[in-house]
Amino acid sequence: MFSEVPKWKLDRYRPRTLHSPIASAMLFGIFLAASAPTALFSSAARAQQTDPNAPVVVQPGAPGQPTKRLPPTTKGILPPRSQADVEFMQGMIMHHSQAVEMTALIPSHTQNKDLRLLGAKISSSQSDEIKLMQRWLAARGESISMAMLGMPDMDTKGQPMRLMPGMLTPEQMEALRKAKGPEFDHLFLVGMIQHHNGALIMVKDLFDNAGAGQDADIFNFATDADNTQRAEIRIMQAMLEKNSSEEKR
Amino acid sequence: MNRIPSAAFRIAVAFSILCSGAGRIFAQAPATPAPAQAPAKEPPKDQDAQQNPFIPQPAPPLPPGMTGSDTNDPRYKLTPGLYNAGEASMGIKHLLLLKKPDAFQLGTDNPDDPKVAQTLGQLGLPAGMKIPKELQMVLAQLAFGNSDMAFEGNHLFQGNFYGITIYDISDPAKAALLTTLVCPGGQGDVSVYKNLLFMSVEMPNGRLDCGAQGFPPEPPPPPGEERKQRLPAAQKDRFRGVRIFDITDVKNPKQVAAVQTCRGSHTHTLLVDPNDKDNVYIYVSGTSFVRQPEELAGCSSGTPDKNPNTALFRIEVIKVPVAAPQDAKIVSSPRVFIDPRTGAINGLNNGGSHDKEEQKPADTNQCHDITVYSAIGLAAGACSGNGIILDIKDPANPKRLDAVNDPNYSYWHSASFSNDGTKVVFTDEWGGGLGARCRPNDPNKWGADAIFHLKDDKLSFASYYKLPAAQGDTENCVAHNGSLIPVPGRDIEVQAWYQGGVSVMDFTDAAHPTEIAYFDRGPIDPKMLVLGGDWSAYWYNGHIYGSEIARGLDVFELTPTNFLTQNEIDAAKLVRVAVLNVQNQQKIEWPANLVVAKAYVDQLQRSQALPADRIAVLQKAIQSAEKSHLNKTTRAKLASMAPSLETSATTAKSPADTKRLQSLAEILKHPSA
Repeated sequence: MFSEVPKWKLDRYRPRTLHSPIASAMLFGIFLAASAPTALFSSAARAQQTDPNAPVVVQPGAPGQPTKRLPPTTKGILPPRSQADVEFMQGMIMHHSQAVEMTALIPSHTQNKDLRLLGAKISSSQSDEIKLMQRWLAARGESISMAMLGMPDMDTKGQPMRLMPGMLTPEQMEALRKAKGPEFDHLFLVGMIQHHNGALIMVKDLFDNAGAGQDADIFNFATDADNTQRAEIRIMQAMLEKNSSEEKR
Repeated sequence: MNRIPSAAFRIAVAFSILCSGAGRIFAQAPATPAPAQAPAKEPPKDQDAQQNPFIPQPAPPLPPGMTGSDTNDPRYKLTPGLYNAGEASMGIKHLLLLKKPDAFQLGTDNPDDPKVAQTLGQLGLPAGMKIPKELQMVLAQLAFGNSDMAFEGNHLFQGNFYGITIYDISDPAKAALLTTLVCPGGQGDVSVYKNLLFMSVEMPNGRLDCGAQGFPPEPPPPPGEERKQRLPAAQKDRFRGVRIFDITDVKNPKQVAAVQTCRGSHTHTLLVDPNDKDNVYIYVSGTSFVRQPEELAGCSSGTPDKNPNTALFRIEVIKVPVAAPQDAKIVSSPRVFIDPRTGAINGLNNGGSHDKEEQKPADTNQCHDITVYSAIGLAAGACSGNGIILDIKDPANPKRLDAVNDPNYSYWHSASFSNDGTKVVFTDEWGGGLGARCRPNDPNKWGADAIFHLKDDKLSFASYYKLPAAQGDTENCVAHNGSLIPVPGRDIEVQAWYQGGVSVMDFTDAAHPTEIAYFDRGPIDPKMLVLGGDWSAYWYNGHIYGSEIARGLDVFELTPTNFLTQNEIDAAKLVRVAVLNVQNQQKIEWPANLVVAKAYVDQLQRSQALPADRIAVLQKAIQSAEKSHLNKTTRAKLASMAPSLETSATTAKSPADTKRLQSLAEILKHPSA
């Protein structure tokens, strides 16, 4: 639990960026057309009102309450999106990027087979998830990086900003880069456990915001990231224990 | 793999795009001037991939010792399209696609509709514009995604993150929509029992009244209070748990109960106690965050050492009085991860190996899905870091009998038993179904099925099975939900692999599962991953139904191939059930019918358990018996062949052939038409 809000959350309520949907549409090579006014009821819809065999659209009430009949033209709406959603995705892209950076060191720094496999999986999973988060943000006209509003290590006043929870400090990253073999394995596992624990904090923080996580994609992604990383933490702890018991022999 | 650019480098690239005013998706002016930028350290290797977040990234090279999937398979490169994608199939005929109803599509057609204007506003799109279809799909992927299915009589119930659709399947090839029930909250897992329909709700937008508006985001904190930790306000109208609808009138379902749980319900499992006809039970698997006690009394999170009452590390059991469903309530919250030696409620780990020697208290704290098999008194749970076996003879108090983990598993997702209860197929939903994980370079031990033997309540690993065909970079793909196909003499499962399509797997020999049929479509979009594909593929009374996340409902039938004969298909079609909730597994019984006998003969021919001349004699005798409508002479002839089959059974090369020979002999002794 936090006694205070971490600094990275503080610029949550910055002014919104402008959207450029036409640009995004052009990116897909799609032509945006102003829609012609459409009739409210199509002939099929009219048929539904008289034909007892036509399908119906209904919305139940709360338990014990009656069910409403909705017009056949009913379409879906999305629940509100929270700024916390956007910043979770932006922050997690930065967070994931460091994990991928860490795993990229593995091939040149250790021969440990288990660690190589684990690193390959983390790298594959998190690279793919970065693309998922980028798609989510870009489709909504949001910047794909927090740093669009300021340099990564500075807050809006130009003061050094803390990293996302669990991220390794520049000193920790440097130490990791310099280590080889068993020392690298140890630093990597300790570092990645710290890193993954930070992701769990970020997920918890997301759902601690009223109105956050109502979007199905972010809800599923955040929940899955939490479950997967929780499992990987245990795998890494088991590897650490195994490594230390082997050293004692 | 290519070196991943550092964060600073990526930011520099982003800035250069920003400053160049490239008119791409990043052409958004920041409201505050950007501070001095860092110089780019090196030119980007792939400018397009850097600039366009929609362009998928190919999989990294295969890790040493791992193999990928087949790129020569016709399923690898199918033409893309939402409704006109290329298709490939083997042993499966596609009969029908019913598109998702309008109520489960994002409203955009009518610019005068205030709801549409609101949606456009949320997206920052100018009023009066149509959202391009592809963008619409990206924006509203899972929010309107189809999920799991349940069946009763002539009705199919298809869950959706936005509600439920009910279809009339009395003529499967002409299945028709009856009802679209709007009730968002995800993921809409469904079960049915008599006049009661159950639905899982887990997301924070779920409302007791089925409203689609969700809840308002919290306003910005007042100046000077930004640092204060603020928990979301409790919402008395929020619903996360299991809804119960009365579907006596399928065109006018009524919500009769809504049982709230601390973590909501990601999935649930209906359990019918053979000894209790008045009640049914629901096992609730919650995988999401625990809400605060202000919203639902008694809910609290945390590790067991700090909070022995934590809502983690348990499942919930709801008891539903069938005659009074409004009185449904949670009757127990079993601590199924307990360590019986120490009493620690967090007694299971996922240390990542098949041996179980070094288990320490750890935090597998949830089940994702549980399949109950009351006929053998057991349940198989796919529980985050573990696969577990539960004794469910006392439904409200399941007891763990065994647990396994697996070094290649990311997330234990679902489980199903073989009909004889000697095998369990688990699935690993690596990436949560959101990612492309069947690419040529994705290892075929990751995101795969794992088949285990089950003997004396203990699991032992046999093999992995992954969709053999490689899939593209824009196709979300991983092991997902399936059901048994009741072919006698074989263990066959039809399974959904998201945009990997439908794959039918034979796991009769647990160590060597093989694919015997498939159906697949090309990706929804060639340039970006748009979520879709089959959530579940289930056999119900002679047909296969696929719940397609983005496209709708598919209906298929099996066609004969070298791997599956018409007699085997016909024998499977003889098995009729009144209701199907796949996670409430029912024992399959085959009639002593000559169609079943012919299926066994085909199998004995395929496995060469009997020589060709004996097969021919059997076929001829069965044919004569059918022609004569089982007259006395042909009955006697069939019965006379039974003893030699029983003798052959004792020397058969495989246990499967032994069983086939014995079962065939039984039918020949007492055949029915």
